[in-house]
Amino acid sequence: MDHEQFRAETSHWLRANAPESMFGAPKSVDEICWGGRKASYPPDVKRWLEVMAERGWTAPMWPKQYGGGDLSREEAKILAQEMAKLQLRPPLTGFGLSMIGPLLLQEGSEDLKRIHISPIVRGEIRWCQGYSEPGAGSDLASLQTRAEIDGDYFVLNGQKIWTSYADKSDWMFILVRTDPNARKQDGITFLLLDMGSPGVSVKPILLISGSSPFCETFLDNVRVPRANVVGKVNGGWAMAKALLGHERTMIADVFKDRVPGNPLVDLARKYIGGDTHVADPIVRDRIAQVEMDQHCLDLTLDRARDGAKAGHKPGPETSIFKYYGTETNMRRRELMVDILGPQGLGWEGAGFDDKELAITRDWLRSRGNSIEGGTSEIQLNIIAKRVLGLPD
Amino acid sequence: MALVFTEEQELLRHSAREFVTKQKPLRRLRALRDGNDPVGFSRQVWGEMAQLGWLAIPFPEQYGGAALGYMDLIVLMEELGRGLLPEPMLSAVLLGGNAIARGGSGTQKETLLPPLIEGKLLVTVAVQEPGSRYDLCHVATRAARAGAGWQLSGTKALVPDGHVADRIIIPARTAGEVTERAGVTLFLVSPQAAGVSVVRQSTVDGRNAALVRLQNVAVGEDDVIGSMGQGAELLAAVVDRATIGVCAEMLGSMAAAFEMTLDYLKTRTQFGVLIGTFQALKHRAAKIFVELELARSAVMAAAQAADAQQPQLPRLVSLAKARCADAFILTANEGVQMHGGIGMTDEHDIGFFLKRARAAAMIFGDAAFHRNRYAATGGY
Repeated sequence: MDHEQFRAETSHWLRANAPESMFGAPKSVDEICWGGRKASYPPDVKRWLEVMAERGWTAPMWPKQYGGGDLSREEAKILAQEMAKLQLRPPLTGFGLSMIGPLLLQEGSEDLKRIHISPIVRGEIRWCQGYSEPGAGSDLASLQTRAEIDGDYFVLNGQKIWTSYADKSDWMFILVRTDPNARKQDGITFLLLDMGSPGVSVKPILLISGSSPFCETFLDNVRVPRANVVGKVNGGWAMAKALLGHERTMIADVFKDRVPGNPLVDLARKYIGGDTHVADPIVRDRIAQVEMDQHCLDLTLDRARDGAKAGHKPGPETSIFKYYGTETNMRRRELMVDILGPQGLGWEGAGFDDKELAITRDWLRSRGNSIEGGTSEIQLNIIAKRVLGLPD
Repeated sequence: MALVFTEEQELLRHSAREFVTKQKPLRRLRALRDGNDPVGFSRQVWGEMAQLGWLAIPFPEQYGGAALGYMDLIVLMEELGRGLLPEPMLSAVLLGGNAIARGGSGTQKETLLPPLIEGKLLVTVAVQEPGSRYDLCHVATRAARAGAGWQLSGTKALVPDGHVADRIIIPARTAGEVTERAGVTLFLVSPQAAGVSVVRQSTVDGRNAALVRLQNVAVGEDDVIGSMGQGAELLAAVVDRATIGVCAEMLGSMAAAFEMTLDYLKTRTQFGVLIGTFQALKHRAAKIFVELELARSAVMAAAQAADAQQPQLPRLVSLAKARCADAFILTANEGVQMHGGIGMTDEHDIGFFLKRARAAAMIFGDAAFHRNRYAATGGY
């Protein structure tokens, strides 16, 4: 099928199969589908997930044998473009699709792929990431959660922190220490852990924004089958790094404002005024700066993808995406509160509408962007050392 | 089209880098400056560049061109920018040649383009006037009807390579008020014509420019380039494309300045350690790298838009120019700062980049100008 035909058929199919309420921005965060067994979603959200998963289009480029869509890069791009044109929301989001799925396809055993990929595509399982620990945030390699071998099992003891959505997840991909005597990067193993296992307990963490996706996860003699190792025992650091490459690219993409039009300009027109030009030239210049930063970042992402397609392997320069994507998002959030003016001071209650309150809380939440997933400083260290070759 | 260079383009990059390195360009630039060289570049080097086919890149084959695109041109310009080469690519190819190729009559193209591509004829464009800042429609120079032709009077400033140009394309007002878009016409003028005075201007970065004064300079029907009164459109199209070339050149210059600085960070010892071990400097170096990569993406996207003749070209040009201006100034400022005391001396080459950064940032509009244009093209 040529691309124009694919485009026409895709557009037709999307219009025929997407439930009415899936066009346009979601009315609330409950309409964003993360899948999994622990949440229930509105009927349209469920229906949209089902029809898209049936076609493998929740993971359009994954192999058909595991439930993916088997689309080429070009076809996947066309699908994304057609969805954007119709303002159609993604049917599914989450760490399964963006992180552990790609890693399993790349590094997982045949058994692990067979067991896990299809449920990820279908949104049946929700995943969380067990990396950080109270003593090992930015210095991830110094993690202390122990895993000792007992027959066909590992027995896990320790604590993870900043586990996003641990309370809502069914499975966790987790880094554990399997050899305490090795160099700190060498004694780590990458495991898949069923959150329903006895000994797993989860406690949410409240942030300055008034809510939080984050949790603390406690592991008390938790048994994990040895078959759940991704890669090799004590070879987890390589897995962790491979996955971080996916994560950094995903983060830059996730922080994009996917809403059609230009929300910053709309907001400025509403709160500051101006017909042809935004009335305040300084705000206008700041909007242009943020927009241009994002535009350059998007083009750089395109360039990285085109480069990968042409055979250039992505390397430590992916830190650009985590660093610049999050910094740009933080600048955008601050600018939005500035545009609201005094209406940006609301916390709850009278005098502020839902959108204003959301913008203020999103700004507070965004302050974590340059900390979570490897701080901005860590990203800059990676670039300085591994790209620029500056001395230690 | 993908945002990657082809194998042919990588080959062009390789040969251009070899050529530029062989020139010992910064030493040559210094000698030209210190010797008050009347030409300000090397005609021999310019001839060699013509022989290599580089002046032919964007022009149609029928006039001796290579019919290649802006993706090729930016590869070359970046390499020239690495050595701050003073040869007149900007004036002759990006401005003069481009104006003739886009707007010239059949006769003008036939007579002017072949010698231009061979490096034997230098045509430049007088884009600016005193006080025009970056507004291409700010044209106070008047063209008054005189018989079958016109008489031009006015002043043009910072005309690139105007001091040695064989022809200068002069935007003059055949109708309308200063800053009006309609009524600007482009005329081809010989500096030898009666009433033309050309005075060389000495700019901070050592680039070659001239102040051109016109007093009742007679021009004929044949000297008009493009359509009467529509010169502002042609000029804008030419300047947008020339800006892409300038951006690529800036990219090369900032990469060279950054590499020079990185070398220093890796070799200079203070407090008993290499200064590149200091995290305060590492982070700033990493930020420069990010800026460079983002600028590169924008320049490539603009070049692609030019090759594909996409309507969003002006927006992407503004994106690239604003980005390159900010990134180059940051790279150069940090370069001087990280070099410490030696960076402030004329003896060290890093200062050349600081000066060029400022000058290049202002050619065809600075970062604020282009943010404004980006916002305007975005509808706000």
